[in-house]
Amino acid sequence: MDAQTNVRTEIEQLARIHGRNRTALMPILQELNRAHNYISEDAMSCVSKVLNVPRAEVYGVATFYSFFSVKPRGKYVIRLCRTVSCAKQGNYHPAIAALLEELGIGFGETTPDGLFTLERTNCSGMCDQGPAMLVNEDVHAHLTEASVRKIVNIYRHKAAERGKLS
Amino acid sequence: MDVKAVRGFVGNKLTFDDVSAKDGMKIASEMAPEDVLAIVGASGLRGRGGAGFPAGKKWEFARSQPGTPKYIIGNADEGEPGTFKDRLILTDHPELVFAGMAIAGRAVGAEFGILYLRAEYGWLREHLENALDACRAAKLLGKDILGTTGFDFDISIRMGAGAYICGEETALLESLEGRRGDARNRIPFPVQAGYLGKPTVVNNVETLAWVPCILVKGPSWFAAMGTRKAPGAWLFSVSGDCKRPGIYEYPFGTSLRQILSDVGAENAKAVQVGGASGTCVPPSEFDRTLTPGDLATGGSIIVFGPGQDMFAVAENFQHFFADESCGQCIPCRVGNQRMLEAIQRMRRDGLDEETEHTLRQLATTMNVASKCGLGQMSSRAFISILNNFASELPGRNA
Repeated sequence: MDAQTNVRTEIEQLARIHGRNRTALMPILQELNRAHNYISEDAMSCVSKVLNVPRAEVYGVATFYSFFSVKPRGKYVIRLCRTVSCAKQGNYHPAIAALLEELGIGFGETTPDGLFTLERTNCSGMCDQGPAMLVNEDVHAHLTEASVRKIVNIYRHKAAERGKLS
Repeated sequence: MDVKAVRGFVGNKLTFDDVSAKDGMKIASEMAPEDVLAIVGASGLRGRGGAGFPAGKKWEFARSQPGTPKYIIGNADEGEPGTFKDRLILTDHPELVFAGMAIAGRAVGAEFGILYLRAEYGWLREHLENALDACRAAKLLGKDILGTTGFDFDISIRMGAGAYICGEETALLESLEGRRGDARNRIPFPVQAGYLGKPTVVNNVETLAWVPCILVKGPSWFAAMGTRKAPGAWLFSVSGDCKRPGIYEYPFGTSLRQILSDVGAENAKAVQVGGASGTCVPPSEFDRTLTPGDLATGGSIIVFGPGQDMFAVAENFQHFFADESCGQCIPCRVGNQRMLEAIQRMRRDGLDEETEHTLRQLATTMNVASKCGLGQMSSRAFISILNNFASELPGRNA
């Protein structure tokens, strides 16, 4: 099967779960975004056909929400909270410096091995326990220089374990 | 993920810890829908999301609408900077929120509920699905709830995808319908034409959690807390420069000074009340009270200690708004961007009289001409910082 057929099969399957109405658009995009860490152009045009929603509107939705991406991203998307309660903590800047060094990339970039993308996010609701960041759907609070390095290595290890299994 | 690991600190006794969702549901299931409505109305419960609209009125409007089906939406898109009370409620007492939705369903005549959970709380989803299953097993959700024929209600969870604006109820509805989170015009209000054009009640997580408490303890118990105009108690999310950040429950009308003393922040230089779209309060006003009409808030309290650069705070908030503006109306889209640039410039160069005048005009324009609350409120933090802390700008001396 070629890539396009794969996408089509996947989206047909998602439509069986979430339905073929417009209300299924967000859940389907969320599943695609979660499975591939981004929503490809092929996927968008296929979703457009399956749900009968204009392509421009699928694109409009896919580019509106900050957790969606229409460009490839790493396996783990790190979202560091930049809002004031987190950003004013003494550990905030040291944690960022450690994160940048550990990953060897800047914000908005993906590591060459395709494992991590680093982003900033607005208030993640962990203001009492900042600095905080999300890694995909997990939340990590009370970040320090040491803890961010440890967290990154846990995900590296996880990915390596999964690599061995597949 | 272990959700209890990031539960956080709770500073005082919470009413929610003492109330059983099942007791509230039992009372509601044995009552006529009109009586449920009357009790919530009599309690004076106001929306906890920030706007403070009376919940009983909202339900009554939805009940009187002809369309079916009707919907109850739990707004768990808690995105206002400094707010995290819903996170705690959903961690400790999701069944109270679900009971509140089911009771609203009984009062309004709705059988479907949706909890709209922000993407940033995706780690709570599994915990909430388990709680829903437990409620179904205990007959608190599903068909013929607690054996009452015709009391049917169930809830599904839908996720947001990272957009502050979707906490605004009409933008939330757009998102649920598979669209960009662009706020709608009102009229019609969601109670008239909401989700899929049907009568819809959108209530904040905390508002919903108070509902079973009111049924169990009675509307007069609730009304006795707080003030005459604003009955009840409230959860506050306290963060920033204080010794004990966390969640605190207070009746309406509590003074800011009292809260600062409880959280260990007596030396605060300023307090941001109501998050990024709230007001920055200087020490001379710490005796003001937290209540609609004085310091209204969605429960966010961010403390700034001595030495904090207040214009860096203004810049942080302004960055937030420039980022989160949905872009559909110009005053908000362009205004917030221009405001951000101006704050960055004035931190470096100071602020002359003419520019200050222009900026204040811009703030008024955004306030008056923006389509929804985001643009209408976004200049408040900056203006209150400018009013109270202008002496910190370069070239100005106190």
